[in-house]
Amino acid sequence: MSAVTEAAPKLPTSNPVRSGGRKRGGLNEAHGRWATYLITPAIVVLGIVIGYPVVSAIIMSFQKDAGLDKATGLFVAGGFAGFSNYAHWLLQQCVSATGVAAACPPGNLGAQFWNAFGTTFFFTAFTVVFETILGFWMAIIMNRSFRGRGLVRAAILVPWAIPTAVTAKLWFFIFAFNGILNSLLGTKILWTSDEWASKFAIIIADTWKTTPFMALLILAGLQLISQEIYEAGRMDGASTVQQFFRLTLPLVKPALLVAVLFRVLDALRIYDLPAILTQGGGGSGNATTTLSILVVDQIRQGFNSASALSTITFLIIFIVAFIFVRFLGANVVQTQASQQKGELK
Amino acid sequence: MTIAAERSSAIARDRAKADAKVRVRKTNAPMIRTVVSAVIIVLWCLAPFYWMIVTAFRQVGFTYDTSPWPTHVTLDNFRTAFSTNLGNHLGQAMLNSVFIGGTVTVVALVFGTSAAYALARLEFKGKSIIAGMILAASMFPGVALITPLFQLFTNIGWMGTYQALIIPSISFVLPLTVYTLTAFLREMPWDLEEAARIDGCTRVQAFRRVILPLAAPAVFTTAILAFIASWNEYLISSQLSSDATQPVTVAIAGFAGSQPHVEPYTAVMAAGTIVTVPLVILVLIFQRKIVAGLTAGGVKG
Repeated sequence: MSAVTEAAPKLPTSNPVRSGGRKRGGLNEAHGRWATYLITPAIVVLGIVIGYPVVSAIIMSFQKDAGLDKATGLFVAGGFAGFSNYAHWLLQQCVSATGVAAACPPGNLGAQFWNAFGTTFFFTAFTVVFETILGFWMAIIMNRSFRGRGLVRAAILVPWAIPTAVTAKLWFFIFAFNGILNSLLGTKILWTSDEWASKFAIIIADTWKTTPFMALLILAGLQLISQEIYEAGRMDGASTVQQFFRLTLPLVKPALLVAVLFRVLDALRIYDLPAILTQGGGGSGNATTTLSILVVDQIRQGFNSASALSTITFLIIFIVAFIFVRFLGANVVQTQASQQKGELK
Repeated sequence: MTIAAERSSAIARDRAKADAKVRVRKTNAPMIRTVVSAVIIVLWCLAPFYWMIVTAFRQVGFTYDTSPWPTHVTLDNFRTAFSTNLGNHLGQAMLNSVFIGGTVTVVALVFGTSAAYALARLEFKGKSIIAGMILAASMFPGVALITPLFQLFTNIGWMGTYQALIIPSISFVLPLTVYTLTAFLREMPWDLEEAARIDGCTRVQAFRRVILPLAAPAVFTTAILAFIASWNEYLISSQLSSDATQPVTVAIAGFAGSQPHVEPYTAVMAAGTIVTVPLVILVLIFQRKIVAGLTAGGVKG
């Protein structure tokens, strides 16, 4: 198996036809034509299900929401809104019937933007840090050989396989006031309604649910490191700690960066857990309100304003992904390809 | 001379014994630490899951019982979970989830397999750009789609229909399918295809008769991952579904018990058990393949 799979990726370069100088262009052209036929349907489908909504969201975000102005009670017609929907979220400005931008009345969802922004990044930072550390530890354990390793690898898939909605309900029960966690700890914490406890309830449940995924991605990276490197390290007198920081960490870094990137992008769009576990609010009503929850709350109050918010959310996620790829050098495509090879060995 | 030799060999033996002892201790201490860590990991992963199952079989009156093993065992919770009188359409919801997940998986495989084949096998301009675009699409936030779709489906009267739930799911299942399958197909023994073509097969024939049978396990694994991804979806379904079309995730999130205003924990745990246990069994059976697919495609958790 391994001999065949190892040979397979090298095929394109060793292909005699393709390396022949004159015929090369012709075959590439043929490949290109085939590729067009084969890929176009998928791209068209993606264009319909992703491209269309995104473009229409951007167009909608520059339109006014028709409806009654809450402050004045006057009807506001739709029409071109310029950047007022964006100003509504980013600067907490509301446009009154007379067309003057002013601070929004209290109780407006616009006022929650920066709070939701902060909450989203708070969740992202904590969950990703916890999941990386715990996932690394789990991966190192699973990379060792001992009896029962198969059991650990099976057990770790269980939290991953449970739907997030069920996970949220499960932890809602664990976190109940009379629930098992409070009785185990001997505490009386209002896990799902206290301001800070509800934030950490989300973080704990998310860490439980997603650490296995992180551990598996890191494990795939660890399996690519040959044992000879560690033997050489030991010969040179490297301690266990030195081996970890000087050998393991640099060698697993590409896989780790990709795993962290995936998790960060996933955490930034977190919705299911806070929506079910703390009913979107928690604490004072918005302790666990993330950007995704805010978008969903806004939909029924005005499509166009919600479109502006979802576009802002999308841009935030895009910028974070860009920073990862550009400055931290996370090479997703290449790392995934090399990981796959290692996994099948 | 002989005595000295005997003595020195005895010393050597002792030393060897001592060395062996040290070695045993050296290998044992980390081994114990590894096993202890492994036990902690297994407990951490399985304890909440176990608690869900234990609670699912517990009488409502003993919801907060803290004994770690099954006590006050009953099947009532499962009856409540399926009780349409109480507004719990779990049976219908499971059918909905299977139907939506199945359709999405089939559509994603039909369009995804050919794209994955091209990305894994053919050399063409802009390949890495397309691969990157498809990966970016799988990381796309669901909230960016929901607002325009909500308006569009309201306008054309599709709110609460199956197609309103299937179409958005394709947006994240199709990229996942292409990505996972590309990684799998890259590892196929492609020289067999070359051999088939030398023997006179066309490209399509070579693919259908040689590669497709060999790729079947990879396609099957991808199908499981695609189905799970669709099965777990909540955000879009919670907004666009109706009571008749809601999938299990939405049904469980809005569960009602026999008493109003009392959270029906035991019934919810029963429903959770019903929804989760088949999935967990499926995942454990195809464990190796699924892990390979997961690390290849980076599936959403």
